[in-house]
Amino acid sequence: MKTIYLDNGATTKLDPEVVEVMNKYHLEVYGNASSSHHKGQEAKMALNDARHIIAKSIGAKDKEIIFTSGGTEANNFAVKGIAFAKKEKGKHIITTKIEHDCVLNANKWLEKQGYKVTYLDVDEEGFVNPEDLEKAITPETILVSVIHGNNEIGTIQDLKKIYEICKKHNVYFHTDACQSYTKTELSAKHADLITLNAHKIHGPKGVGALFIKKGTKITPLAHGGGHEFNLRSGTENILGIAGFAKAVQLAMKKEHTKKMTELRDYFTEEVLKIPDTILNGPKGDKRLCNNINVSFRYVEGESIGAYLDSNGICTSTGSACSSHNLEPSHVIMALEDNSERAHGSLRFTISRFTTKEELDFTLQELKKTIQKLRKISPLTKLMKKIV
Amino acid sequence: MYSKKILNRFKNPKFAGEMKKADVVGEVGNVKCGDIMRVYLKIKDDKITDIKFKTYGCVAAIASTDYLCEIVKGMTLDQASKVTSKDVVKKMGEVPAIKLHCSILAQDALKKAIEEYKNKKKS
Repeated sequence: MKTIYLDNGATTKLDPEVVEVMNKYHLEVYGNASSSHHKGQEAKMALNDARHIIAKSIGAKDKEIIFTSGGTEANNFAVKGIAFAKKEKGKHIITTKIEHDCVLNANKWLEKQGYKVTYLDVDEEGFVNPEDLEKAITPETILVSVIHGNNEIGTIQDLKKIYEICKKHNVYFHTDACQSYTKTELSAKHADLITLNAHKIHGPKGVGALFIKKGTKITPLAHGGGHEFNLRSGTENILGIAGFAKAVQLAMKKEHTKKMTELRDYFTEEVLKIPDTILNGPKGDKRLCNNINVSFRYVEGESIGAYLDSNGICTSTGSACSSHNLEPSHVIMALEDNSERAHGSLRFTISRFTTKEELDFTLQELKKTIQKLRKISPLTKLMKKIV
Repeated sequence: MYSKKILNRFKNPKFAGEMKKADVVGEVGNVKCGDIMRVYLKIKDDKITDIKFKTYGCVAAIASTDYLCEIVKGMTLDQASKVTSKDVVKKMGEVPAIKLHCSILAQDALKKAIEEYKNKKKS
């Protein structure tokens, strides 16, 4: 059975060219970048080169890029690091209801330490209202953290506008750009802190970065040998970092986003032909080019996913049944207080390796699956009467 | 996370579908929790002669309802009332721990149907 991998929002496969680079580093560039001998200096150079590539990709200075173990660490560093550094000014943070769990849970932890957190609502397409944000800012506010491209529904927030408001009120702005990085415009001009990672763009797992604008006051979380400009200690993961940089270079090509956008729009149009199917998130250029998220009424997402998986197709769902805490997706619930919509949601995230043939096969299997599951759903008849 | 056996039953249920002219129908669950099970019974001389179900829910919910139907078909109402979720799980084989509550729901739908049938008979 052939695998059709449509869960690139969870993680991606390594690009063969990234593997090639990493193999070389694995065997040859094994030195510790802090060592003064030639093997150490070789590693140091590799580190500097990678840092330069990543800094350039968002228009930042090299020294503003801090490598981490991934998106979760970078998000924790941004949120907690600012909270600790700015606690004299105030203990109020503003974020949204549709953040990734690592931002939400870092904030929830801070609440237990005496911080106050405002979780902004979003509209029916997942957008934060800049006016709501501005109203929520108080003299105590130290940080605003808003996800750039949402991992579930693909909504891309207007960073420029949000940053203008934050600057006006002298509040730091952080954005989690794990999903959007290289897929849409992302500039160091539009935030004080930006989370980046490698494994969503065909790079290795276990490596990410935090952009920290020069002059930003932040407290390090990992103390040690003073690596990463004294902001994140720990021997640098040169192998992963080199793979990350290569992945960025490959992903930045415009033709990839163009191809993914076309496939996304084709798939969206076709999938919405299935009756009683709702698109979650916006249409058009305010949506991640690789994300499609739909809710199929009267049926449950885990069942659909299991059916597709038995035909080789990997997807993910916001249904409670598939989550470890049996709670439906907090993101879909933030769009509308409708459990059926959350339970029946399915996310397809494509990549530059996805083909139209794969999508056609998926659509064909999907139609059969929905029909079969609706046939045995007690909701079908009932709901048709209401609709 | 599911065994091949459960997945296979989920894809090929033996008792799924609607029953016209059922003697009694029992339904439990709600959309909020993500599981709804409806059981249709045909009863003759206090014996379950035919059974069908409709389920909105996950793989475990659908498979467990189908296994329950298989167990109780042909039983008397008293026998069927005594079937527990443990019996269903035993028949299903390995069920992920987090999914155990689904098999309890199927049982509840059946019990509800039987009670309703008995009440109907009394009145």
